[in-house]
Amino acid sequence: MFKNFFPSKILSLTNKTINSLVILLVVVVVIGLTYSLLISPPDYIQGDSVRIMYVHVPSSFIALGSFAFIGIASISNLIFKVKFIPLMAKSLAPVGGIFTLVSIVTGSLWGKPTWGIWWAWDARLTSMVILLCFYVAYILTWKFISSFEKANKISSIIGIVGLLNLPIIKYSVDWWSTLHQTSSITLTSAPTIHYTMLVPLIIMLVGMVIYSMIIFLMKYKTEIMKFKLDKKKNNK
Amino acid sequence: MLSKKVKSRIFFLVLSLISAAIVIFMVLRSLEENVVYFFSPTEIYNKTNISFNKKIRVGGLVKMNSISKNETSINFIITDLKKEIVVSYNGLVPNLFSEGKGVVAEGKLRDKKYFIADKILAKHDENYMPPEVYKALEISNN
Repeated sequence: MFKNFFPSKILSLTNKTINSLVILLVVVVVIGLTYSLLISPPDYIQGDSVRIMYVHVPSSFIALGSFAFIGIASISNLIFKVKFIPLMAKSLAPVGGIFTLVSIVTGSLWGKPTWGIWWAWDARLTSMVILLCFYVAYILTWKFISSFEKANKISSIIGIVGLLNLPIIKYSVDWWSTLHQTSSITLTSAPTIHYTMLVPLIIMLVGMVIYSMIIFLMKYKTEIMKFKLDKKKNNK
Repeated sequence: MLSKKVKSRIFFLVLSLISAAIVIFMVLRSLEENVVYFFSPTEIYNKTNISFNKKIRVGGLVKMNSISKNETSINFIITDLKKEIVVSYNGLVPNLFSEGKGVVAEGKLRDKKYFIADKILAKHDENYMPPEVYKALEISNN
């Protein structure tokens, strides 16, 4: 499966593939939004404000997942030095960063009606802001350091250090007392979300993952083209 | 299979990752007092270096049948099912504030049993369900 991400494969990726992904995205998101905004029930204490969850939770998932990929890519980067892996990580960063921001903003909008405040500097929220800083630093490194080798090295270090932040985000709600509630979906026990709310949540997650895939593929294709062009220039 | 260069890189990376993790762990451990968002009544009870002039946060559950309101203020008890603290507050409480639910109060301690809050936050738990399911659960529990 990984072979599909080889530069030669990606360049031959036609607009058709992306177009069919877009169609799939529209279908899934329309179903997801209808389900989460209209069909799914309000929460027994939060009422309708629980619907923010259907955007907030998938965004956070993608934010963490993308950075996990960037971190692991950064490690393999420093060890094996395969050329197209940093390009993949670089292409994933913007969409991950945006979803971190979406997660923070929707979380803040959700905090006001439930907790009574927009923002609290508890461990979960603070570590999420730190993640956003890592994303920004990672993206800026690629933007402002023109030498590929240098940018690759520095961004990899940022990616690896940022990777250490991920377990802190994940377990912050268990390790310390926080205003943010603990996880409803865990690997070890049954989810504490009723299935009428869990189903739209999963549909929205799938939709947003497809969206991230599209943005990633488009960016990745551009990055490879740029990389090849630069190489040609340098050879001349 | 792996070349010597790659092996040394792996070794170096693993070593620096482990040491970075240890450093972070130790920093977080020593900052524990600042990382926690609130203290439970039991933690307040056990604290020795308590300052009554500094703003702190106390969190726990609102004790059942403990809310008493008059015109200007609201009093209730925060409990962690072991120790309790009486909280007094002037102002509006969030919608989700209710007996048996989580709460975080921000303010100053008068003494270890009495807290003057200037902000009340509702803390909700990880359970989400439709109202009908909650009612059904309530009935089956009683």
